[in-house]
Amino acid sequence: MRRRQELLLGGLGVLLAFGLCEAVSRAGLVRRSYLPPASEVLARAVELAGDSVFLEGVGATVRVWALGLGLACAIAVPVGLLLGSVPLVDEAVRAIVEFLRPLPSVALIPLVSLLLGSGTETKVALITYASVWPILFNTIYGLGETDPLAKDTLRAFGFGRLSVLVRVELPATAPFIAAGLRISAAIALILAVATEILAGFGEGLGIFIAQSGLATDGTRDVLAGVVWAGLLGLVINSVLVWGERRLFPWTPEHRGRR
Amino acid sequence: MRWVGDLKPVRRLRTRPFRPIRGFGGGAPEDGTGRGGGGESRRATPARGALLRWTVLAAAVAAWQLTTRTHDSVYFPPPAEIARHTHDLWFSGPATHAFLTPEATDNILPSLARMATGFALAAATGIALGTALGRSRRAYALCNPVLQFARAIPPPALVPVFVVIFDFGTQMQLASIVFSAIWPVLINTAEGARNIDPLRLEVAAVLRLTTTERLWLLLLPSALPRIFAGLRLSLSLSLILMVFSELLPGTANGIGFTLTDAQSRSDLLTVWAVLVLLGALGYVLNTGLLAVEKRLLGRGRPT
Repeated sequence: MRRRQELLLGGLGVLLAFGLCEAVSRAGLVRRSYLPPASEVLARAVELAGDSVFLEGVGATVRVWALGLGLACAIAVPVGLLLGSVPLVDEAVRAIVEFLRPLPSVALIPLVSLLLGSGTETKVALITYASVWPILFNTIYGLGETDPLAKDTLRAFGFGRLSVLVRVELPATAPFIAAGLRISAAIALILAVATEILAGFGEGLGIFIAQSGLATDGTRDVLAGVVWAGLLGLVINSVLVWGERRLFPWTPEHRGRR
Repeated sequence: MRWVGDLKPVRRLRTRPFRPIRGFGGGAPEDGTGRGGGGESRRATPARGALLRWTVLAAAVAAWQLTTRTHDSVYFPPPAEIARHTHDLWFSGPATHAFLTPEATDNILPSLARMATGFALAAATGIALGTALGRSRRAYALCNPVLQFARAIPPPALVPVFVVIFDFGTQMQLASIVFSAIWPVLINTAEGARNIDPLRLEVAAVLRLTTTERLWLLLLPSALPRIFAGLRLSLSLSLILMVFSELLPGTANGIGFTLTDAQSRSDLLTVWAVLVLLGALGYVLNTGLLAVEKRLLGRGRPT
C-alpha cells in the first residue's frame, strides 16, 4: 500500500506544479508572452505529436544521440578495460586523459563545426567526445573493484589472463559500465540539443526550439519543445534504469528497491 | 588451501558492497583511493608513475608539435604557437593588473564571476532544499516526479526560454547556470539525507538531539558523500552552461563570446587558445573541489 501512497503523492505533486505554473501565468505575474499557461504549453506539446515535420526532427536528434553514444561505448569500454587491467598503460596515459577530460565539451562546438561543417558528423563527434568519459572512468573503476579473491581463484585453476578478464572481471564490471552508460546518455542528449541550438538550421529537436525562440511569441513552442526534451530524457533514463535492474539485480543499489 | 576448493568467492563477488556511483563517472575513480583490493598493488611506485606520466605527456605534445609542423594545416596550429598566442592574448598585461591584459579582464573575469555565483547559488539552494526533502518521506514522494522531470530536461533546451524572459546578459546566464546545476545537488542531497542508517537516527533520538544538532551532527555528515557526488556533476554542468550561454549570438563578453567571435573571424589560434584555457580551468576547478571533498570526508569513506 505504501507504494500506492507514494504514487498518489507524486501525482499530486505533478498536479500542484502544473497548477502553480498555470496560476503564475494566468494571474499576470509574468507577461503572458514570456510564460504562457501550462495548459497551453501542454496542449501544444500534444499537438506536436501529430506534426510529422516535428517528429522527424525528434527522430533525427534521437538518431545522432544513439550513434554518438554507441560510438562512445565502442571506444570507452575496450580502452577502459585496457587501462584498468594494464597498470603501466594506465599510468602512462592518465596525464593525457586528465587534461582532455575537464574540457567542457560545449566549447568544442565552434572548432568541430569549422572542421566538419554543421551536419550529422559534427553532432556525432561532439556527442561521442562528451560521453566517452563517464563510461571510460566507470569501466576503470569497476575493474579496480573486482574481488581479488575471485580472480586469484580462477588463476589458481589455471585460467589465463584473458579468461579471467572475460569470466570474472567483465561480469563484475558490467554494472559499473551500465551506470556510466546511463550518465553518458544524459550528457549525450545535452550535447545533441546544444549543438542543434547553436547550429540553428537543419532538422532536430534543438533546432525546433532555437527557431521557435527567435519567432515572436514563440515561447509556447519553445516550452512545448522543452517538454518533449524532458520526456525524451525521462524515457531514456527509465529504460536504462529498468535494464540495469533486470540485468544486474545483485548490486546493492537495486537490491534495496525490490 | 581452503580457498582453492571453495568456489564461494565468485558468489562473494556479487554480494560485495561497493559505493554506488550515481554522479559523474569520473567521480569516485579519479582520486585513485578506491582502487583495487588491498591484496593487489600492482601499481608502480608514485615517483616512477609520475615520471612515466609526464614523459608520455611531453612525448605526446612533442608529437603534436611535429605533426602539425610538417602538415602545416590552418585548422591545427602547433602547440608552441597556441601557447604563445595564449600568453599574448591574456597574460602579457602590466604587472599592476596581475599580468592580465584588458582582453582577459573583460572576458575571463566576468565569465568566472557568473559561473561562481551560479554554482554557489545552485549549491546552497540545492543542499538546503535537498536536506528538507530528504527528511520527510511525504515531501520526497510529493516532489520526486517533478524533480526527475526537471533533471531530465537537457539544460541547453531551456536557455532560449531564459533569453526571452531575461533578454541577453548576466541575468539570463545566471538563470541558465543555476537551473541546470541545481538538480544534481538537490536530488543527491535528498537521497543522501534519506538513506541514513536507522540506527544512527535512533541513537540521535536516545541522545535527544535537537533538530539543529541532528542536522549538523547527523544529517549533513551522513549525506556529505552524496552531496559531493552531486556537486561534482553540478560543477561540470555549470561550466558547460557558462560557455553555452555565452556562445549564443547576442552576448557581449565572456570566454564563450571570445570563442564565437574567433570562430566567425576564422581565427583558429584564438579558438585553440580558448580551448586550452577552458581545459585548464576545468582541471583546476575539478581538482579544487576534489581537494575540498577529501579535506571534509577524509581518506576513509564514512559508511
